[in-house]
Amino acid sequence: MVHGELWTVKDLFVLPNEYIYWSIQIVMYPFMTGLVAGAFVLSSLYHVFGIQKLKDMARFALVFSFALLFAAPMPIVLHLQFPFRGIEIFMTPHFTSAIAAFGIVFFTYGAIVASELWFLYRKHFVDVALKLREKQDKTMMEWGTYLIFCTLTIGVYDVSEEALHRDEKAIKFLAALGIPVACFLHGYAGFIFGSVKANALWMTPLMPVIFIMSAIVSGIALCMLTYILTMEIRKFLAKRKRGSMMGTQSQQQLQSAEISVIQMTAKYLLAFLVAAISLEILDLIFRGYTALKSWDVLRSVIYERDFKDIFIMQYGIGNVVPLILFLIPGITIRRAIVGVMLVLFGVFMMRWNVVIGGQAFSLTFAGFMHYHLPIIPHNWETFKEGLGGALSIFIMPFVLFWIFSHIFPIFEYKEAH
Amino acid sequence: MITRRDFFKKTALGIAGAVLPLAALEIVDPKKIFAEVAAETTSVRWAFLVDTHKCVGCGLCVKACKLENEVPYDANVARTWVERYVLTKTGKLYADSPKGARDGFTTAKIDENADGLKDIKSEGIEKAFFVPKLCNQCENPPCVQVCPVGATYQTPDGVVLVDRTWCIGCGYCIMGCPYGVRFFHPVYHTAEKCTFCYHRITKGMKTACVQACPFGARQIGNIKNPNDPVTQVIRTQRVGVLKSEYGTKPQVYYIGLDEEVR
Repeated sequence: MVHGELWTVKDLFVLPNEYIYWSIQIVMYPFMTGLVAGAFVLSSLYHVFGIQKLKDMARFALVFSFALLFAAPMPIVLHLQFPFRGIEIFMTPHFTSAIAAFGIVFFTYGAIVASELWFLYRKHFVDVALKLREKQDKTMMEWGTYLIFCTLTIGVYDVSEEALHRDEKAIKFLAALGIPVACFLHGYAGFIFGSVKANALWMTPLMPVIFIMSAIVSGIALCMLTYILTMEIRKFLAKRKRGSMMGTQSQQQLQSAEISVIQMTAKYLLAFLVAAISLEILDLIFRGYTALKSWDVLRSVIYERDFKDIFIMQYGIGNVVPLILFLIPGITIRRAIVGVMLVLFGVFMMRWNVVIGGQAFSLTFAGFMHYHLPIIPHNWETFKEGLGGALSIFIMPFVLFWIFSHIFPIFEYKEAH
Repeated sequence: MITRRDFFKKTALGIAGAVLPLAALEIVDPKKIFAEVAAETTSVRWAFLVDTHKCVGCGLCVKACKLENEVPYDANVARTWVERYVLTKTGKLYADSPKGARDGFTTAKIDENADGLKDIKSEGIEKAFFVPKLCNQCENPPCVQVCPVGATYQTPDGVVLVDRTWCIGCGYCIMGCPYGVRFFHPVYHTAEKCTFCYHRITKGMKTACVQACPFGARQIGNIKNPNDPVTQVIRTQRVGVLKSEYGTKPQVYYIGLDEEVR
């Protein structure tokens, strides 16, 4: 069977070779890179612009961005017909292609996030390493930890006031440098689509900007969601251990910290959400107004065939409802959870409507293609390019985040005292 | 004693210093040089001519192409295919290409895929015709531009080829082609396309489809040769190309191209 034939249903006049070649993993790719970029921008708001209320969130968002970074190229790998040849993109990049820049952009960005994390957690690495070094008769586990943390210090044990001050400067510089690079990382994902002249729906210079805005929205939303979840777990633990443990924060302390962080972050979420929606609507209006040759088929895709996906799922449930939820004064944690989940859903639907929607019509402008997501896999291909593959990609950063949180402590306990 | 800081500084400097002159060196591949010289001096540029008036939609070209180029016979993809256009008196357009017209058009009904077969009364038809399609071997090929690894390339004589050993299978070229001529090969899983039967034309033979066409609707020629019959037709008659608005400069020319052709 031809690749794509399994999940494509053709209707009316479609060329023989046309199928939905870019499926769910290509939906996941901009979704995941968007989360990476968004999480980083959120963390930079504190480091660069000194928004103090975001301090707790900044540290959290940076570690999460790092975890997401590893998941971001995975959809592409799963999508490739030859995953093991994927390395050629780095080895023999063909620079007239937008995808060829992936190696450079991705590794530059990765290096920035990794160095910023290192400066941020350097003191912690040194503290742990020195503490374990002094400890007599270490267990195997402690030996392992000791080795990891010794390596992480890269031999630098200077934690004097002066050195830490220099670290802070470096963090600020890297965070500032990271913002354009993060935007570039994602704007370029938008460029991959926006520059395909053969596709009437994709080709618009607005595409990279739309992608950046929705990326920041989704990144902030995911950080808020994960932040709330981890805080809830901590509250739950605090409740169980109340009284028995000294040095942990009380439930009330956690509650007040949580709500103030969420309130602050929600403001930024709103601002970027409004920008993202405006740009998307502008694009839609412009297409309708200029009404080029392709508009007839685009109109029937947008207003008829994909109406539910675009106007109900994306704009309605994914944009307008959370907008109202966040605009009603006196936000609660519960409302924030619902809001951010809807925002994430909305951004996912936006990616879906771009990638799948862009292939919903034929090059003939006289036919349509419907995509049926493989849900129950019956071979490797239907797994990796089906629901299973997409879910694996989505879960991956959370698992990585859990692992990383053992190396980079996300919450500082001392400050509450 | 050298300090760590100095050590790192000097190492970095040393590496940078060593890399610069190394980067200036290039391993010269004789084949590459020959190819570059050939590109400058070549006197061949392949072009294709389709006379739509002569096409009857028999599909022998599609069949010949599949057999010649080892595209699985029953797979629903094709390097070349034939489209049927039917315009009714009410101004409605119907078009189809069942199985790429591999078996020709065996019924008067239009295959509308999920919408089933559409019966059109012959008295209601204003005009109807067939249009063979194949790769346009664009002068400015978007598929070559978007390939992230350079697995697809343009030969000096203008044909776009795919290196099956290098294609990673991302599908960007398939997305980038405005003519829908590319697909994934069902067996090799790499990007696949019409090559103007490059293995044949470079040996002085005709393409499989040209040879198979009983009506002379398809012709291939060298557009750089003014005496080539194909070149003469392109120069002296009114011919058209598909989707010129994309700036791809297609090199498949059509005689009798209707504005309804997609």
